[in-house]
Amino acid sequence: MPEIFSESFLPIINLQDSSNWATDFVQDVIIPRLPEAAAAHFPMELGTVLVMLAFAGIFVAAVPLLPLVLVLAERKVAARFQNRTGPMRVGPWGTLQTLADGVKLIFKEDYIPPQGDKVLFMLAPYVIFACSFAVFAAIPFGQDILVSDFNIGIFYIMAISSVIVMGVIMAGWSSNSKWSLLGSLRSAAQIVSYEIPLGLSILTVVMLVESLSMSEIVDKQSGGIFTWLIFRSPFTFIAFFIFFISSIAEVNRTPFDLPEAESEIVAGFHTEYSGMRFALFFIAEYANMFAVSAIGVTLFLGGWQGVLPGFDFLGGFPGFVIKTLALVFLMMWIRWTLPRLRVDQLMNLCWKYFIPISFFNILGTGIWGLIFENDDVWSIGISCAIIYVGLISAYAVAGKTLARKPEPQVSSA
Amino acid sequence: MKPEEIYETLVNKFGETVQGFDTELVGDPSILIAPSAIADVCQYLVETDTLRFDSLMCLSGVDLGVKEEVFSIVYHLHSISHRHNVVLKASVPKTDAYLPTVSHIWKTADWHERETYDLYGILFEGHTDLRRILLPDDWEGYPLRKDYQEPDFYRGMRVPY
Amino acid sequence: MESTQQTESKIIELKPFTDEMIVNMGPQHPSTHGVLRLELRLDGEIVREAIPHIGYLHRCFEKHSENLSYPQIIPFTDRMDYVAAMNQNWGFCLAVEKLMAADETKEFAVPERAEYLRVLICELNRIASHLLSFGTYGMDIGAFTPFLYAFRDRERLLLLFEKICGARLTYNYIRIGGVSEIIPLEPGSIAEQNYLDEIEGFLDYFEPKIDEFNDLLTANSIFSERTMRVAVMPAEMAISYGATGPNLRGSGIDWDLRRDEPYSIYDRFDFDVPVAKDIPELGAVVGDCWSRYKIRMDEMKESVKIVRQILAEGLPDGPVMADLKAVRPPKGEIYFRSEAPRGELGFYIVSDGTPKPVRVKGRSPCFSALSALQELSRGLMVADIIAIIGSIDIVMGEVDR
Repeated sequence: MPEIFSESFLPIINLQDSSNWATDFVQDVIIPRLPEAAAAHFPMELGTVLVMLAFAGIFVAAVPLLPLVLVLAERKVAARFQNRTGPMRVGPWGTLQTLADGVKLIFKEDYIPPQGDKVLFMLAPYVIFACSFAVFAAIPFGQDILVSDFNIGIFYIMAISSVIVMGVIMAGWSSNSKWSLLGSLRSAAQIVSYEIPLGLSILTVVMLVESLSMSEIVDKQSGGIFTWLIFRSPFTFIAFFIFFISSIAEVNRTPFDLPEAESEIVAGFHTEYSGMRFALFFIAEYANMFAVSAIGVTLFLGGWQGVLPGFDFLGGFPGFVIKTLALVFLMMWIRWTLPRLRVDQLMNLCWKYFIPISFFNILGTGIWGLIFENDDVWSIGISCAIIYVGLISAYAVAGKTLARKPEPQVSSA
Repeated sequence: MKPEEIYETLVNKFGETVQGFDTELVGDPSILIAPSAIADVCQYLVETDTLRFDSLMCLSGVDLGVKEEVFSIVYHLHSISHRHNVVLKASVPKTDAYLPTVSHIWKTADWHERETYDLYGILFEGHTDLRRILLPDDWEGYPLRKDYQEPDFYRGMRVPY
Repeated sequence: MESTQQTESKIIELKPFTDEMIVNMGPQHPSTHGVLRLELRLDGEIVREAIPHIGYLHRCFEKHSENLSYPQIIPFTDRMDYVAAMNQNWGFCLAVEKLMAADETKEFAVPERAEYLRVLICELNRIASHLLSFGTYGMDIGAFTPFLYAFRDRERLLLLFEKICGARLTYNYIRIGGVSEIIPLEPGSIAEQNYLDEIEGFLDYFEPKIDEFNDLLTANSIFSERTMRVAVMPAEMAISYGATGPNLRGSGIDWDLRRDEPYSIYDRFDFDVPVAKDIPELGAVVGDCWSRYKIRMDEMKESVKIVRQILAEGLPDGPVMADLKAVRPPKGEIYFRSEAPRGELGFYIVSDGTPKPVRVKGRSPCFSALSALQELSRGLMVADIIAIIGSIDIVMGEVDR
């Protein structure tokens, strides 16, 4: 068995592990504060589990606030793009609008299609919700802000986020609506396809870092902006963009929002949902968006590491959040600018462009790893030089293509 | 070509089935055609190089009043290549209102004939899909006939209000 | 009863219906532009057949017309193409006026000032209509932002209309023999000057915006991928289906009633007629969705040109309404067509000399163009159906009348 799998799959249950933070917490914080008699008989195992549950509770309560903020941010960003103000009525500058919407959704009728599969219908939002939040367990928000430091962190994230598609299919099938079915099948095809370039571009990072652990990946980028994995080799640079675009497809946002394409299939897989169940989809969508951005930051943009080694600028928890929100903003920008692709074009993009490029990337990364065995100044310097030249030439080519503007078609009278 | 010349051409070609040339009314003069020959005349108007009426602008049924015994079907034709217009008119008896379709000549006639059938109950022989188009499929009667009485109820809903 | 149900369910289990799915798109659907219902026979995402069912917005325009006097019909024409209601008013008035002018016993002419006002307002209305078409087309393809840009500018136009006739959507502005005088616009007055200045201000603001829209949507590569080479309507097919206006010109036929059969005072203005061409470097083909869409974008510029010429000349003095005692056309019949934003709007009017018409038929451009949908959409994808509906730019109020 390879070494990465040798430890327990879920270290959270492994109470013998002396480095378990919950055990430490019980030993260092709780027991000294207890009366001596109680401390002597304190049940360590139970205490540890309770502490973990308490922290998980705080986490689960805090993370849904994130979509609350993001929904408002999305509406405000969209409004700015579209020359309007967005929500302005509820609270100062409309800041409480999402809360009001949430309250409205809670009080709405919870409609379940009588002809549909009731169990699946009720279960589906929870599957999606749970999976999109389970992803957060493995994301290192800061140096010590990490729920669980898996040795297979990124693998776990990939595995969990793939389960979301199951929830989508369950929702689409159980709704007994043709639009939902179409949407869920589109979603299944799309997510399964884009998982491949996504996974392959993550692989390039894993090959350079030689670890699947999220904290180790971040540790490897501690030397300032040029040691961030995006600049470490030209192939990871390409991989970042493939990762980013694929992750937009993974979270079903424009231009890849086919599963919920409003103008085509009404609302896709959540057509029949209402009230709180719909809100769960909505929250999960935004949580997902944040999650994939956070993963992108962790893998390519230095995670919580700062721009300069030794300085905390753009580092730590705030730095991580700023970088993640920058990617989220980019996603919003794309959403409110671009039209939607068609299903076959979506597949073409994935199978004919992204996957071949990703394989090329892996090959390239392998060769790169052979040539530059240590990440020294030389390898990073050469990498940055190649990226610079590549960008310049790409700009020249793209400039020509973008300059082709349609002329007015006018016939003289 | 002027409508008069077109009339001459049609009379020479079709003889008696071209029943007349109506210039008395104010407005566009129209050529009266026997209903049974309308499809042939139209075919000829489209296929002849000097005429080439490639576009059917409008096809409408007309009911001039309760006392009239005929419906008129009016064809407004236009030629984009030659830029001339002509109006054809066919009259069918109200009791036995049918005439050949022209939907195989101009595809737009398909829906126009369906509309005429829907509102006047005129049947178009050879039309592949003669269903109601604007009104519900189970509507009774043909509303644009002058003797039409609207039903009191449609599926339990009161009609006149 | 129960046993039959059981056998039915067994049959379904044994023979799963796997080859085709029938989906009702509409009449309540976000992007069927109103209440169009399409019966889609789908093979996965591929559309085997899309059968349009119309009539959900049928308001018996023709039946109503037979029981109303001519001026009373004008508000009903507003409700046909409610996006370009000025042009609908005008189309009907032109037909009635032509019938009245054909009567040699009475002197009848529309005053010069009214003609100028009509062209001015109707060209602005054409811009408003094309703006809506542009915005909703962007939304159909999945870009939401162009819609709000279009409505932002359309709003200014609606305010201009409101200032001249008091209404934003259904104007009833153009009357038989002239235009409405409800809000007086005295010749040479400050009010008139202010109004014209305001229009000029709008044009100065709006003309660069068209290029901005083109940058945002027309030149976008995803948009081009979605619309170019999709649902190509060849010239013969377009003529045969009676497609008119931008749809016909999008198929490469150089035909515009304003230029080729000029009515009103269109022969005094200098403007170009956009006609689709193959653009190999972009990939556009004559007759595809993109060409039809592009024609509208170009037509907005031409309308701006016409309005600018009117502003340069200034409105002539004189009355805005012909001296009419009553609208009573002679016995006769007329078919008159005008170039509305969506194509040739024809009115066939049969009069028996009384104040009420015997028959009014509205030949709506959308009705004819929509009938081509079934043939255009065969073998394409669900998303393409939306692209076609948007590109032929239907307004269901006009299709169903």
